[in-house]
Amino acid sequence: MVGEAEHGHRLTELLRSNTDALVAAWVEAVATTLRGRTTGAELERDFRELFTSLLPVASGDGRDLSGHAYAELRSLLGDLSRSRARQNFSPSETASSVFALKRVVFELVNGQDDAELFRQVLSFSTLLDGLGLLTFEAYARAREEIIKEQSEQLLELTTPVVKLWEGVLAVPLVGTLDSARTQVVMEKLLEALVETGSEHAIIDITGVLAVDTQVAQHLLKTVVAARLMGAECTISGIRPQIAQTIVALGIEFGDIATKATLADALRHALRRDGVEVVRKGERGAL
Amino acid sequence: MERVPILKIGGVLLVSIQIDLQDQSVLALQEDLAEKISATGAHGVVIDISAVEIVDSFIGRMFATIASISRLFDADTVVVGMRPAVAITLVELGLTLGGVRTALDLERGMRILENIGRERGRTGLEAR
Repeated sequence: MVGEAEHGHRLTELLRSNTDALVAAWVEAVATTLRGRTTGAELERDFRELFTSLLPVASGDGRDLSGHAYAELRSLLGDLSRSRARQNFSPSETASSVFALKRVVFELVNGQDDAELFRQVLSFSTLLDGLGLLTFEAYARAREEIIKEQSEQLLELTTPVVKLWEGVLAVPLVGTLDSARTQVVMEKLLEALVETGSEHAIIDITGVLAVDTQVAQHLLKTVVAARLMGAECTISGIRPQIAQTIVALGIEFGDIATKATLADALRHALRRDGVEVVRKGERGAL
Repeated sequence: MERVPILKIGGVLLVSIQIDLQDQSVLALQEDLAEKISATGAHGVVIDISAVEIVDSFIGRMFATIASISRLFDADTVVVGMRPAVAITLVELGLTLGGVRTALDLERGMRILENIGRERGRTGLEAR
């Protein structure tokens, strides 16, 4: 199908001999829709590359786009789509860049009274449709990759374990807690306890917007696990609304120490360690 | 079957678990320990599990059992060096070890026993 093309395929010959004019017209057609978000030179380079790899397959009808003949074209479109996705282009903008070539080709063959050529243009247009859909797929895949990367980064970023004092660690939790995050927090905190040999841990939930029974359950599990390892956990920064929710849900924190603020929790931990914080000069007065 | 050695340091018995525990070794350890406490009159037992990577509910219950046995001889039990993964497993299994004390490492565990001993008017780590 593709092999017989090179020789005697009218459309391919027409495309080849008019390469420069076609690419220029294509770039012009697309540049107006993208309104200066990408440079003409960039488009020119991308489209010329696409066009060159499109030529050998122009005689095909694009029925088997996953085939070997289209490998180069596929990877080019994939790259284009991915880079567009990262630049915040919408998928229809990327796809219509491909479709724009149709119009350019139609204008080229317009007025030529040749039934054979008409048929070839028709199947070429089907091929372009298939390629446009390919960019859609690549776009969706690229976006999914971005989302996955970001959620992983978020998971890492939002769960730092910080050392407040010799033997006192704190985990300031921010955002929404779900099972996966609480699991990460739990593991990170317990590992940090072993590494630093700390006997106190403070879980600060000032930045947590909502607490439900499941989240409370996870927090309790973390505290109990820390206790098993020989460390004491304090929960601090419970906001008024959250306190109401906790009571309304009937969650029991049992003998787990809870404090209003991180400062109170730190003072509590220090006192348990036998450290007293005194302002300079007050020592004599006391 | 491998047996877990029980070492005596002053008035404290040190059980350091360095092997993969089988149910048989756990039962043997409980017997050995009961005999050793009664023979030495130790006032504290430290179980070091820093080398233990895998636990099941049977081993989880072992700590509580040992603690109960020791209590009959008026000795306190401290479990030291539990790894995070082990702690998480025990919590997920719903085992909280009840009255067993825990510490991050051996040194802190010994200090806890020392403090308890002092509160009760014993003289530190000296044997009675």
